[in-house]
Amino acid sequence: MYRILQTLLITLCLLVSVHVTGLRAADDLAALVATLGTAKLSELDDRIDALARSGDARVIPVLEALGEGNLYTRKADGSVFLTTEKGASLVLLDPLSGAEIGEAAKGDIQKIKVNNSVRRAVRSALSGLTLFSTDTSARLKAAQSMRQTPNADALEAIETALAAEKDATVRKTLDEARAVTLLISDRSDDDKRAAIKTLAESGGREALGVLTSALSSADASLKPDIEAALQQIEQAQVFWNAGQNVWYGLSLGSVLLLAAIGLAITFGVMGIINMAHGEMVMLGAYTTFIVQDVIRTSYPVLFDWSLAIALPLAFLVTGIIGLAIERSVIRFLYGRPLETLLATWGISLILQQSVRSIFGPTNREVGNPSWMAGAFELGGLTITWNRMWIIVFALAVFAALLFLLKRTSMGLKMRAVTQNRRMASSMGIRTPLVDALTFALGSGIAGMAGVALSQIDNVSPNLGQGYIIDSFMVVVFGGVGNLWGTLVGAFSLGILNKFLEPYAGAVLGKILVLVLIILFIQKKPRGLFALKGRAVEA
Amino acid sequence: MITSFLFKNLDRGIIVVVAILLGLAVAIPALNLLTAPDHPFHVPTYLVSLFGKYLTYALLALALDLVWGFCGILSLGHAAFFALGGYAMGMYLMRQIGARGSYGNPLLPDFMVFLNWKELPWFWQGFDMFWFAALMVVLVPGLLAFVFGWFAFRSRVNGVYLSIITQAMTYALLLAFFRNDMGFGGNNGLTDFKDILGFNIQAQTTRAALFAASAVTLASCLVLTTAIVRSKYGKVLVAVRDAESRTRFLGYRVEHIKLFAFTVSAMMAGIAGALYVPQVGIINPGEFEPGNSIEVVIWTAVGGRGTLIGPIVGAILVNGGKSIFTAAFPEFWLFALGGLFVFVTLFLPKGVVGTVSAYLARRKAQGRAADADKLVAEPMAAE
Repeated sequence: MYRILQTLLITLCLLVSVHVTGLRAADDLAALVATLGTAKLSELDDRIDALARSGDARVIPVLEALGEGNLYTRKADGSVFLTTEKGASLVLLDPLSGAEIGEAAKGDIQKIKVNNSVRRAVRSALSGLTLFSTDTSARLKAAQSMRQTPNADALEAIETALAAEKDATVRKTLDEARAVTLLISDRSDDDKRAAIKTLAESGGREALGVLTSALSSADASLKPDIEAALQQIEQAQVFWNAGQNVWYGLSLGSVLLLAAIGLAITFGVMGIINMAHGEMVMLGAYTTFIVQDVIRTSYPVLFDWSLAIALPLAFLVTGIIGLAIERSVIRFLYGRPLETLLATWGISLILQQSVRSIFGPTNREVGNPSWMAGAFELGGLTITWNRMWIIVFALAVFAALLFLLKRTSMGLKMRAVTQNRRMASSMGIRTPLVDALTFALGSGIAGMAGVALSQIDNVSPNLGQGYIIDSFMVVVFGGVGNLWGTLVGAFSLGILNKFLEPYAGAVLGKILVLVLIILFIQKKPRGLFALKGRAVEA
Repeated sequence: MITSFLFKNLDRGIIVVVAILLGLAVAIPALNLLTAPDHPFHVPTYLVSLFGKYLTYALLALALDLVWGFCGILSLGHAAFFALGGYAMGMYLMRQIGARGSYGNPLLPDFMVFLNWKELPWFWQGFDMFWFAALMVVLVPGLLAFVFGWFAFRSRVNGVYLSIITQAMTYALLLAFFRNDMGFGGNNGLTDFKDILGFNIQAQTTRAALFAASAVTLASCLVLTTAIVRSKYGKVLVAVRDAESRTRFLGYRVEHIKLFAFTVSAMMAGIAGALYVPQVGIINPGEFEPGNSIEVVIWTAVGGRGTLIGPIVGAILVNGGKSIFTAAFPEFWLFALGGLFVFVTLFLPKGVVGTVSAYLARRKAQGRAADADKLVAEPMAAE
């Protein structure tokens, strides 16, 4: 009983004291702010510094207003206000609490004059202040800006912030900011050596810049350390650059895979040259556009789900169009691949022009849902979410297709028809049905690819044309009739392209890849993973 | 000797077409130059150039027919050979501008001055002489086709694969010619031509002469392809088309046979491009567009692959249709062209000329059979 009472009492005391100190702090702040109104221009810097040292988040709007020249003082008594306009007069707001205190005519009050040096002081005070903000992202931003433009005076503030910081990312940034700042401060050489080490470990272009500029001004004793650190960073950069290239290559490869995988079915499995394949991709992208349009006007809440809704719809739309094309044109042309090339090219022209007539020739806007926007960092790599999801999606589609072909009865029939049409027919498989469904499947997958590509490419009637040649290259390179070949082909062409780009430039790199493929086909006319068999064609 | 060859080996259809072409070569320029503008038979100059353009397209289609119709190689790279010939001619025409360009540089074409180049690149040397340019017009496409074909046919890349890699070649060239660093004017291409062989390129007489040249070239290439196709070599060519493995097993070097046809065809395409450029007045990388090559295929298919007159008829029909359609209903041209692709492949696999001549042959056979019935009373001997 006694203990409980004691605890209660102590708590009460504490609460009161906290309240009292809080009040006193508010009084001090108000007094500090009030002095801004009477201060001369030359005194302002000191006042700002005093405000910044208070470390209180409430002074942030005051300083911001001061920096923008929106802080007013009443001529009569020199008290300080924020204002909002209301007709001919101005509403006066308390600078700290933001509460309304009254109105004044425009002539009764005047702006507190500032110059560039004051503005600069405001800015650095603000960035120091936000280091103590309760908002994690604001702290991170402040730490980043201090890392980018170090200021020796801020060193103590950074160290205080670092001691209090709990969030790991912010801590890391603060640590780097501290090291950067320490290098230009007048601390001891040992401290600086430690800072150099921190920077060398953190790596990155910024650290490289900081160390290079420090190299010229540093003491002779520090120079070897800095040089070693520079070397370490440069090595790390080479490594991360290669990693970034691989990542870009994987990303391009996933796009190629998505565009080519439907073709791998129609061309690889059925032997049909489907020149309208790119247009199926385009139709999938337009389906996404329509879905988003309906969502935007009618159910804006669902916007984050738009891709999930568009995916099955695109599959259905393009699958049905594919089925119609197969039944009306392609089934008459089996065994004449060159003729299918011409007929499907004609179909692609018709589809393109239809889309152009309906939706117009210009690009249509397809938005990114929130979960696809933004990026995250992985070591020295910057990885955007939309690219990440496209890779995941491409691999998922690939896996699903592989499962369908290898583990379902439909897939078994498809493979049977591919390998020996007449025998399959004799075994009771309805080959025309299998043909139609296979073509519809290939088209449907192209449509789903269109949904994904709408996120990273312009949605225009020409969308498909850009992919058709690349997709054929992938399928031919990987080996016709082999899904694994398409996977390997897509990713190796993607990575090859991105590794050539830094040396040859984007266009020349692409030309080189094309030439390499042409040469490769000479060596292995059936691609990387050729189907083995004894069939001699014609 | 040539006359005897002509009469012995050309069938009536070819002779008629050659005669028509030669007649046009005289008649159109005459109607353009000698009649007053208000005369009912007057042919305006823009039409002369337009018809001239059609004839170069016809030559291109004829070149494609030699490889596709008679050898079974569906090349999707003929627009590239056409464009290369066109660029060779364009380079000659650029050099003829001389100091009259907007920068007034006597040696460098405008775009090089603009890119701040100091001297002429090595591959532009010699193009101020017409004979050299004319040589390059056939040599460059021919060489490319020879090297490309030598690799491709030797490794037995055929059918669809060949079509796809010829398309890749065209696409690579398209990308290459779009680059400013290549020294071919980037995406603007070569234009603003002034003179050809000392004559003003805009002049009515020059245009008429270019038309006549196109018609005569087309006629002579038609005779040349007929000679190739009717020769013993031509028979082997068709054998390769119909049964490649069998021909190889019989001891023929299939790759050499294909390579010859491919190279000759590319040279003809180059000549077509060279005649095209002065009549149109511009050559740019857009000519390498893979779609263009496929369009050439459809001209040939419409007219009739495997007939020599077919591609000429097809090219003129389709392009005439295009000119009329794009002026009257621009929206619908692609629908019409796309529909044409589907219609021809499904219902007219022999093309217009092939279908008509098959129909005529059947009529003739029926007529002969009817005559035979009348003349010969007794039943036919059992065979």
